[in-house]
Amino acid sequence: MFRSLFALLRRDLTLALRRPQDALTVVGFFVVVVSLFPLGIGPDPEFLRSLAPGVLWVAALLAVMLSLERLFSDDYRDGTLEQMLLVPEPLGLLVLTKTFAHWLITGLPLVLISPLLAVQLNLRVDEIVMLMFALLLGTPILSLIGSIGAALTLGLRGGGVLIALLILPLYVPPLILGAGAVDAVMHGASAQAHLSLLGAMMVFALFATPWATAAAVRIMLD
Amino acid sequence: MPRLSNIDSEPRGNVTVESFGLADRTLRAVDLAAERGERRLFEHLHFTLSPGHLLQVSGRNGSGKTSLLRIISGLSRATHGEVFWGEERIRAVDGGTGSCLGYLGHHNALKEDLTAQENILFAVRLGGGTPNADSAISMLERLGLAGYEDLPARFLSQGQKRRVALARLLLQRRPIWILDEPYAALDVQVIDVLRHSIETHLAERGMIVITTHQAVDIDGDCHNLHLG
Repeated sequence: MFRSLFALLRRDLTLALRRPQDALTVVGFFVVVVSLFPLGIGPDPEFLRSLAPGVLWVAALLAVMLSLERLFSDDYRDGTLEQMLLVPEPLGLLVLTKTFAHWLITGLPLVLISPLLAVQLNLRVDEIVMLMFALLLGTPILSLIGSIGAALTLGLRGGGVLIALLILPLYVPPLILGAGAVDAVMHGASAQAHLSLLGAMMVFALFATPWATAAAVRIMLD
Repeated sequence: MPRLSNIDSEPRGNVTVESFGLADRTLRAVDLAAERGERRLFEHLHFTLSPGHLLQVSGRNGSGKTSLLRIISGLSRATHGEVFWGEERIRAVDGGTGSCLGYLGHHNALKEDLTAQENILFAVRLGGGTPNADSAISMLERLGLAGYEDLPARFLSQGQKRRVALARLLLQRRPIWILDEPYAALDVQVIDVLRHSIETHLAERGMIVITTHQAVDIDGDCHNLHLG
């Protein structure tokens, strides 16, 4: 079983490497959006610092959302998804593997580039570490929840906008907790509660969303 | 409007090949009905397909050929009725429908950025098989794609892509083949190869459900199911 899942993971990563622009545009979007804020609201370092957690998190979830449309649509268009329904493995696991690949391609680069942008917004070292940690816990949630939206909008015209409407409200809890964790560190409090809840949410999403996504894929391909 | 067809035939007595270990598992459709956008495509459809037999589904455009094939493959749900593989419902077969069935639909299911060979090896791996680069290459050669193994599928013509999809189907070695217009975009030589593959598959007591607009005479037990 792991052989098929590994084959799928490897294929998705190979495809991403052969088309690096897809992953790079997401990172680029993240960088540009965050960089626009100082330009828009002025260079006051303290003010930027207090806004930074929210700005970084909102930019991260918009960037992830931007990439969601491609999660299944390429496979849908060329018929690979149809063939995946005929693979003797649970569709939920295949979908989970694809979502994991999606996170590796889009979520992880966001986590890795975030310190650079955090410095730009005048965050201190301990806050930056917390930001990275919160993003590391939070971006998988974004990919997992997003996969449901991506599956539900398969083959629809204007699917991208619809994904935003479906998924953004669901992104509110990770946004509050993730930005809250950095905020807590900023104000000298403990971020443990935020991180625990974020972790719990990730575990829950890990177990619940693949089956919802698989059901959505089946319905959309019916 | 829908015409009923009923096929019941005895398995061939003179064939001893048991390469798929099917014993006497049959593919049965029981009282199938399908709708597409409120329109009834067919109803009360029964058939039984025994090992080594081919079922050609014919009918005009929009008569539900593809829908029927997708229902048999478990990709779509029938409005009514069930498809059985042996005694099991095909949607509930151990390991999923895909463990017994190879489907070649309208799409070739190839990744444009992967080479022909990578596409095939990936499909075999995903199906839980052990990939063998040599057999992939020799299969591609058989289908007239020698020298194209390492070319990204993007650079292949429509007919060549179809051949790669065929090579994948042949290497997956599933007992039931569901072929939706397999001859589309193929040239005469490959049609010959495909016909030969179909005949071999039937001789190995595999089963085939096929739709095609072209009349291709196949040496074997062929039945016709007319929708419309």
